[in-house]
Amino acid sequence: MPSLGADMEDGILVEWLKAQGDTVARGDIIAVVETEKGAIEIEIFEDGKIEELLVPEGRKVPVGSPLAKISGAGEAAVSEIAQQAIPVEAAAPAAPDTTAEIIIIPPSMDKDPDLRASPAARLFAREHEIDLEGIAGTGPAGAIQLRDVEAAKPAPPKRGIDLDAMRHAIAAAMSRSKREIPHYYLTHRINVEAAQNWLENYNRQRPPPERILFGALLVKATALAIRDYPEFNGLYEQGSFRTSQAVHAGIAIAIRGGGLAAPAIQNADRLSLAELMVQMRDLIGRVRRGSFRASELTSSTMTVNSLGDRGVEGVLPIIYPPQVAIIGFGKIIEQPWVVDSQIVLRPIVQMTLAADHRVSDGHRGGLFLNAIAEKLYAPESL
Amino acid sequence: MTREELERIFAEELESIAPEVDLSTVTDTVNIQEYFDLDSMDIYNLLAALHQRLGIDIPDKDASRLLTVKDALDYLLLKLQQ
Repeated sequence: MPSLGADMEDGILVEWLKAQGDTVARGDIIAVVETEKGAIEIEIFEDGKIEELLVPEGRKVPVGSPLAKISGAGEAAVSEIAQQAIPVEAAAPAAPDTTAEIIIIPPSMDKDPDLRASPAARLFAREHEIDLEGIAGTGPAGAIQLRDVEAAKPAPPKRGIDLDAMRHAIAAAMSRSKREIPHYYLTHRINVEAAQNWLENYNRQRPPPERILFGALLVKATALAIRDYPEFNGLYEQGSFRTSQAVHAGIAIAIRGGGLAAPAIQNADRLSLAELMVQMRDLIGRVRRGSFRASELTSSTMTVNSLGDRGVEGVLPIIYPPQVAIIGFGKIIEQPWVVDSQIVLRPIVQMTLAADHRVSDGHRGGLFLNAIAEKLYAPESL
Repeated sequence: MTREELERIFAEELESIAPEVDLSTVTDTVNIQEYFDLDSMDIYNLLAALHQRLGIDIPDKDASRLLTVKDALDYLLLKLQQ
């Protein structure tokens, strides 16, 4: 069971998407796990063959428990998915140092010794933590058969977003952030006329599916600028900060009806604007449908929060731990601006850096915000 | 294409982008972006879906003409005739 956040202690294996004997390849989605953040798809991080599924559907197991045994292609060695599936590159919380299987033996559910049930029914009931006493048997002399227990098995939780669980996850992460991280805030207003004009021209020549949204420019500009300011890109864990070479940009995505998730776009600084737009579109769509991957939730090295055109002028965002910086953008507003000693109207965006004072100081933060602005002043270079 | 057919297509595409949307709950002059809390990505997806389904290119600047069902149908019928 991979860790999908610092506050996660256990998860429910909702659904196996692969069966014993199946061949799997790196990147395959093999299972769905229910956590406080909702249903998350679990990827496999190596090639091989599923030797055994260790956890039945519907079972809750602690983080670090092996979920399945997989043998590597061409190797006799058998490894366990629990460790391999921890999909954190930059984050890499200390992996459990034990590889021993954690086997959970549920208490016996068939307390009544006179209860008649077939061995298969008893085994199935034990594995799925089903109480045999409440089940009417259809076998000889009212004995409970396997089919009776299978019919009594509760349906697994539905895939999709559990907004109550998501609210708990947001509460836990934000409380921890406000408790542990000494935030400082810097704001800067920039004229985005050049970026807007460039984008308008770019989009005018393209059919709708190939166009780019302004938000993609903000993510790309931030991802490029942060390369020169490594103290804002990385994770603060176990009392020290580790910068990340890769820039994995968390994108704060609002869920209609309440809720928020900030999954990552990997290597956002190295994607073209068109590639970034494709990934943002895919990610936002999947987040709102409630199907995103574990690695996308845990691998961000910084976060971008853009309020969009239905937002307000500015935002003072809260850092998502264990990250150390979040960059917020307000909506574009026409405002008075001085150009060549004249007051004119220009499209203005307020951007805010919230950063961790244990790691960086305001002076460098100011330089970082100015660097983002410079990228947006030269949109053709994004 | 009749207005009714177009209305059905418009509703189908919008409801597939934002499953929480149920156009039958609003009149055709309600601002659907505000009422259903649609953001720029939803509008982007709507333009892309209408492009694919109807074969028409809607410029970004015309996105504001799709904000009510009535305006959207007027605009799309005009574009389809061109």
